[in-house]
Amino acid sequence: MDVRLEINGDRVSVHVPPHRTLLDTLRETLGLTGAKRVCDEGTCGACTVLLDGDPVYSCMTLAVACEGKGVRTVEGLSRGAKLHPIQEAFIEHDAFQCGFCTPGQIMSCVALLERVPRPTSEDVLRAVSGNLCRCGAYPNIVAAALSAAKAGSGR
Amino acid sequence: MSIKVVRTKSEFEGTISEETALVDGKDLAAWGADAGLSIVGRRRTRVDGIARVTGRARFTQDVYLPGMLHVRVLRSPYPRARVRRVDASRAEALPGVRAVLHRFNAPQATFRGEETIFRDEVRFVGDEVAAVAADTEETAAAAVRLIEVEYEVLPFVADLEEAMREDATRLDEKDNVTESGRLDRGDVKRAFGDASVVVESTYRTSTQLHNSLETHGAVARWDGDELTVWESTQHVFGVREGLRTALRIPYSDIRVLCDYMGGGFGSKGGAGKYTIIAALFARQLGAPVRCVLTRDEENLAAGNRSATYQTVKIAARGNRIHAIEHLSWSNAGQGRWVADPTGPTNGLYDIPHLRTRSYKVVTSLGALASFRAPGYVEGTFALDQAIDELAERIGEDPLALRRRHIGLRSDPVTGLRYSLKRLAACYDVGEKEIGWGHRKPEGTRGSAPHRRRGYGMASQLWGGSGLPPAYATVHLNPDGTAVLRCGTQDIGTGTRTVLAQIVAEELGLALGDVRVELGDTNSQYAPISAGSLTVASVGPAVRLAAKDARMQLLDAASGLLEVGATELRIERGAVISKGRRTPIGDVLGEVKDFTVIGKGSRFPNPEGVSLKTFGAHFAQVEVDVRTGEVFVEHVVAVHDIGRVINPLTATSQVEGGVIQGLGFALSEERIVDRPTGRVVNGNLEGYKVPTIRDTPKITVKFIDDPDPKANNIGAKGLGEPPIIPLPAAIANAVANAIGVRVRTAPITRQRVLEALSLQ
Repeated sequence: MDVRLEINGDRVSVHVPPHRTLLDTLRETLGLTGAKRVCDEGTCGACTVLLDGDPVYSCMTLAVACEGKGVRTVEGLSRGAKLHPIQEAFIEHDAFQCGFCTPGQIMSCVALLERVPRPTSEDVLRAVSGNLCRCGAYPNIVAAALSAAKAGSGR
Repeated sequence: MSIKVVRTKSEFEGTISEETALVDGKDLAAWGADAGLSIVGRRRTRVDGIARVTGRARFTQDVYLPGMLHVRVLRSPYPRARVRRVDASRAEALPGVRAVLHRFNAPQATFRGEETIFRDEVRFVGDEVAAVAADTEETAAAAVRLIEVEYEVLPFVADLEEAMREDATRLDEKDNVTESGRLDRGDVKRAFGDASVVVESTYRTSTQLHNSLETHGAVARWDGDELTVWESTQHVFGVREGLRTALRIPYSDIRVLCDYMGGGFGSKGGAGKYTIIAALFARQLGAPVRCVLTRDEENLAAGNRSATYQTVKIAARGNRIHAIEHLSWSNAGQGRWVADPTGPTNGLYDIPHLRTRSYKVVTSLGALASFRAPGYVEGTFALDQAIDELAERIGEDPLALRRRHIGLRSDPVTGLRYSLKRLAACYDVGEKEIGWGHRKPEGTRGSAPHRRRGYGMASQLWGGSGLPPAYATVHLNPDGTAVLRCGTQDIGTGTRTVLAQIVAEELGLALGDVRVELGDTNSQYAPISAGSLTVASVGPAVRLAAKDARMQLLDAASGLLEVGATELRIERGAVISKGRRTPIGDVLGEVKDFTVIGKGSRFPNPEGVSLKTFGAHFAQVEVDVRTGEVFVEHVVAVHDIGRVINPLTATSQVEGGVIQGLGFALSEERIVDRPTGRVVNGNLEGYKVPTIRDTPKITVKFIDDPDPKANNIGAKGLGEPPIIPLPAAIANAVANAIGVRVRTAPITRQRVLEALSLQ
């Protein structure tokens, strides 16, 4: 089937079988490998992308269900060499170790910050509670999200 | 420079072995207190941070090559069976399927001592039976379901304690149980006789699954005779060795790459069957082939931390620990070794009379793999609880009791003097940070009427000395930038960053002027990134390579500036001569296309010295006595690991170890259905790794006392130490809170409620 999507602001049309997930479409058809396949059943959050602004598990979302929708992935956050404040904050607070869950963590944080520009720690915990990190970067992820909010509000 | 052969005793995950290595040139003395370091020892964000936050970091799973085929594996549904017949005709007929391999058609390929990848007798649920290569992963998965296999089902045993029984099904010609470690000190029998108090307990720990977020996997591509393999691994050279053995091809035809990798925690030590399968298909089909495990496969066939059954008999005489007998049985599954849970008992405390035995038990389950401080987490869970049980019986504060038993200046196992031991300092810092004075022997009231609060602590002992061989080269460009090449890998621990810091410090460059290239067997050899040995093994070689480059640069500058080399030094990217700064680029600029290549190797550890890391964790918990839920409120982790190269990444690593230990302590447990031998929670839904909601307040402290005897950077390892004492500290805090002890990990609500009901 042909599906029209807006990926990080670019309109694309992809030809996919009806059972293909958005995650596999991004990774294999479109070459956007930032979102990761970890559990492939909606428990870990490593595949999180934004669908019309909402964070979704792309492994649990069929590509055909995204017809006409806007998809944002980690690849679309930075503008050239200019990083998004949350990306800056993740580096500054060392909010990752291996980095495999990081794109998903970051997209969950972006969704939060766009909805709640000045989140509390509790807001951050809720936003990323569906994103597992096996290296245990959790304390730094909270610190990064809070500091990015502060940086964002100063702009 | 001249090559010398050195022999050295090296410790890896508790086992000491004799190694032979080649070294080049002369070693350097460790940086002294007056070295004026400006980059090493400082907080630095990761040099590869941008790649990791933008999605640009390319992991093995992100390698998609043109024309690449995908593999899925058919795995045994039985814990033990003979494969009688495989009919792949329906699978082969499926459009898009390129080939099927199984035991009746696969080429011979030796893997871990066996002659074949696909066993005649499959030995656990998840053992490889056949593999399909197809145009898409979906097609390969569909084809796997079309393969018909005739199995002759055989008797099996899938439980540790069942396999230990005399009348258990034997899985080999040998017994299921074999001794794997022993130590005797003093006279235990007599000591128990003249002791004033004896406490005996049984402890159990569950099988923990690594669940690295990136599953094991490889992509293989042949270009003529040359094989390139991308693999998510902790040891590219180990993968190369596995490929050489399986495929019988020379090193020169193999290149293994691992740029970024998504976690290993010990399980990714060498080539897997998936690696060999990918390489075999790629050769047969003339196309690149990707074989990446699914989450379920990862949790069946890619390793685990052995479950243990341990008994500890501990005796006091007056207020001294007089004797310990610690016996431990580990579930190896189909593994050929086990870790030694009695390691901490043998070496951590001053115990005059000791008897320890460690046994390997085979079962019809997937093989174990090293998992962050293998054996030591499990053993410390038993040992440090036993010490608390004894303290309670003799009416002592458990911290005070331990303090009287950490005075040894020599390693009781080898008799060698410790290079440095700051365990007492760890206790002092931890005691203060947690507020140990709030601890009452009977626990205290919690934040609600149904909640009890308790405090607990435990210690850690781990090697972490590092070892040769390890080599590195530093390539200094004419513009004053440098590239470090080394065959080690950054598994998320920050290796790239700390090595860049060492190069920048030694060579007098800015951190941003150093690029680090790791994870490539075309570089010189580096050891496995495991056993807390990376920084202490590779770091000293890197420093020597940078120093060699510096000396060559000074020689070149001497000629170009016409000043004696001894009157020159390098600072922040410039050559300083008689107070005048000339940027390196300007000095070398007139020399066209010249690259200084500095070489460095890891020298042996010093003779006659015991190099160890020490530490202690303190925990404050609350327990809801109605639901049995344990709430960890605060963990203080204090470690003595020599010099801390980068406090930022080191702190992250400790936090990560604490959180992984929390999973072991409270929630992580592989569950096997005994009648069928199947793992029922081999996924992230049923197997509970800690989430951000489970994370307590964590205070990380380092003694940060460089160990000048250890090596030329004064650093020891940190990967394992922060997981070792955490589960025991939690268990002790829970026991303090509720007055009853849970001796099985994980300490689930059910186990807490059971313990309370027996009170």
